[in-house]
Amino acid sequence: MEKLDRRYIFLVILLVVLVPLIAPVGLPVRVSREVQSAYDAVAGVPDGSKVYFAADYDPSTMPELHPMALATLDHLFSKNCKVIGACLWPGGPPLLEDALRRIGELRFGKKYGVDFVNLGYKPGNEVVMVSVGRSIPATFPADFYGTPIEKLEIMKGVENLDDVSMIVNISAGYPGTKEWVQQVQSRYHVSIASGCTAVSAPEYYPYFQSGQLAGLLGGLSGAAEYEKLVGKPGTATRGMDAQSLGHLVIIAFIILGNIFYFASKKKAP
Amino acid sequence: MRSTKSILVLAGFLLLLACGHVLTARAEDPGPASAAGASGPAAASVSASPSASDSSGSAAVLSGVLVSADSAGAEATPAEGAVRWFDPKRANIAIVVAVFFMLVLVFIRQAGKGASFFIRKIAGLDAIEEAIGRATEMGKPVLYVPGIDDVNNIQTIYSMVILGNVAKLVARYETPLIVPVCRAFVVPLAEETVKQGYLDAGHPEAYNPNNIRYLSDEQFAFTAGVDGIMLRERPAANLYLGSFFAESLVLAETGFSTGAIQIAGTANIHQLPFFVVACDYTLIGEEFFAATAYLSKEAKLVGTLKGSDWMKILLIAALVIGAVLETFGVTAFTRWLIVQ
Amino acid sequence: MKKELPLLITAIFGSFMVIDYFVPHPAVSAVGETLQQWAIIVISFSYVLGVANIARINGEKISKRSRDWPFALPLLAGLAFMLGVGIFGGIGQGTLFNDFYIYAYTPMSGTMFSLLAFFIASAAFRSFRVRTVEAALLAAAAIIVMLGRVPVGAEIWDKIPAISDWINNVPQMAAKRAILIGAALGAISTGLKVILGLERNYLGGE
Repeated sequence: MEKLDRRYIFLVILLVVLVPLIAPVGLPVRVSREVQSAYDAVAGVPDGSKVYFAADYDPSTMPELHPMALATLDHLFSKNCKVIGACLWPGGPPLLEDALRRIGELRFGKKYGVDFVNLGYKPGNEVVMVSVGRSIPATFPADFYGTPIEKLEIMKGVENLDDVSMIVNISAGYPGTKEWVQQVQSRYHVSIASGCTAVSAPEYYPYFQSGQLAGLLGGLSGAAEYEKLVGKPGTATRGMDAQSLGHLVIIAFIILGNIFYFASKKKAP
Repeated sequence: MRSTKSILVLAGFLLLLACGHVLTARAEDPGPASAAGASGPAAASVSASPSASDSSGSAAVLSGVLVSADSAGAEATPAEGAVRWFDPKRANIAIVVAVFFMLVLVFIRQAGKGASFFIRKIAGLDAIEEAIGRATEMGKPVLYVPGIDDVNNIQTIYSMVILGNVAKLVARYETPLIVPVCRAFVVPLAEETVKQGYLDAGHPEAYNPNNIRYLSDEQFAFTAGVDGIMLRERPAANLYLGSFFAESLVLAETGFSTGAIQIAGTANIHQLPFFVVACDYTLIGEEFFAATAYLSKEAKLVGTLKGSDWMKILLIAALVIGAVLETFGVTAFTRWLIVQ
Repeated sequence: MKKELPLLITAIFGSFMVIDYFVPHPAVSAVGETLQQWAIIVISFSYVLGVANIARINGEKISKRSRDWPFALPLLAGLAFMLGVGIFGGIGQGTLFNDFYIYAYTPMSGTMFSLLAFFIASAAFRSFRVRTVEAALLAAAAIIVMLGRVPVGAEIWDKIPAISDWINNVPQMAAKRAILIGAALGAISTGLKVILGLERNYLGGE
């Protein structure tokens, strides 16, 4: 039993995750301190101000991070903030475009180039971050569609990160949260609220505790908590039932594995 | 030699303390109005910022400049008559970095002169030779994955150094070495490194360039490719040394299913739990950086390691002193250390 | 000069960027900004070289009928197709490029990433053995944190989220900080060696 074919384990996980997605239970979501802090930081931004939205993720982490991008954009647009979006991951721009259009245009009736813009992808990782802190037009001379940014109304008066109220960063890894804190927050002291994958979140708690991050959304649960705070439950909230059951099953596997281990130890001479 | 080292370390630390004392002692002297952080609209600073007077005190000490630095985009105005050649708000970082650099260079010099430094046993590194020996006995290849990041990542550079040592070992045992590579620019580096390893071992004819395989830049396409190599060619030893991300568990679990002995090392701490669970040996964080010094015993690498160790001792001392001072309500030291 | 010139460039530009952090003088900042633009341009060209490399390596594979050469055909075909469709058809919403991105690339990427859920379960079952006191503490902490991160934990016992938060914010954070500091020191010292030319492995074997 100890050498159980792992395909049975895969099958159990599949069923346990699939069933709650089809028939949700509706477990209540509890808001953590880190997510509340991120929400308060965004809520504290003056209405109508400009916010830099760093969408540093791609389709592989879309299930975990896209819901938090949608939730945070919903909050920003509800305050009539102007969103300047950009990506440091090559696979990011279409996802950013999808989020901006879905929330900004379709839900709030905002206009591209006036209320939001997608500056697209720029290679260079930390170099781009520092460069954006110095001059956004020099770093992104045109947007995702090739329109020179001096022709975009939203970019009028925006020279560098001094001209935005905060940075909201959705990060899948490198470059991401850590680099924004190290290169940008420490240099230019802009408020940064960040969302990241659940596996990376513990690494960034020290930055939240020291105040270098205004807030932290960790994984799908962080996205679900933010959806609860903005009052619009979405994909993340629906996924929490599946995640709850998944965690319970993994705990059961750990306990089972140890039971079989100790039982086989007893049997052996 | 011991006393010289100790004096240097002590001097560095006293310098740190003295600067801190002077900078905070001059905090009473208010300077001209400063930006104290970002100068743009509603740009909130989330780190605890000392008062403007602290920074102008720093300026007086370090550069005679009267105006404190502000964030990106601001320029010194001629009207103030000041040429800002040093940002006093970053004095704390400058001092710490200078002390660290001094330690590293001093120890590299000492190691170069033949000083012997103790490096504790790192089980994972000792296991590399054991793993290669096992692969040789079983007549199977060794798989070395140098991470998925590009040449600009420090971990990839270190991985190449370890690869050189591994190549020397496999050449000696005449065991095939497969190196799947995720980035195009790492390919020539890996080829050169492995070729050199075979040359150093005296078996240049055994080098097979087809074993350095560029698979894909795409993270999971690369992972699928490596999994395919593991399932088809069944290497007896898998070495994962470099920068890894989400694919770490997929690689390690697949490797485990083939029965290979697995040794992993990465400085990406969020992937360490997965490697610890699925691999036989894991090099945690800076053990991976120490690997190069441990294997090669090169002076500059050993010296760097000792410099880092002593810097850690200084940081621990600063932590303890800071905690004691904070407990008694003396916040000057903490405030001086905060990045402004 | 094959090795000396890159070392010289590294030393000058690397040192300058360190100095740029500490010197706020406009002249230094202006040069620093220019160097950053140069870096972005050079890194952008690396993508061109990357595509050329992919084409070269896989083209050779096909022409020499090397191991797994049939897989190189759809790779090159896909590359050429997406490049062509993107350049001539546009990349915005509603274009063919975007459709392939949303309906092919996105689900494939997400699927590969989701394999982790299955592998974590099998790794947990296979490897999480409570052989020592430390392993028992680790297992207990893992169970509490796993329950604390999801809604069901609070349903089982309302104190679980608070204990989970304590584990994350105190012992876990202390250990993470220590590893972070150690790894950062390692990275800084390597950066110093690269700038000073003491570390030359990135230039190729010596």
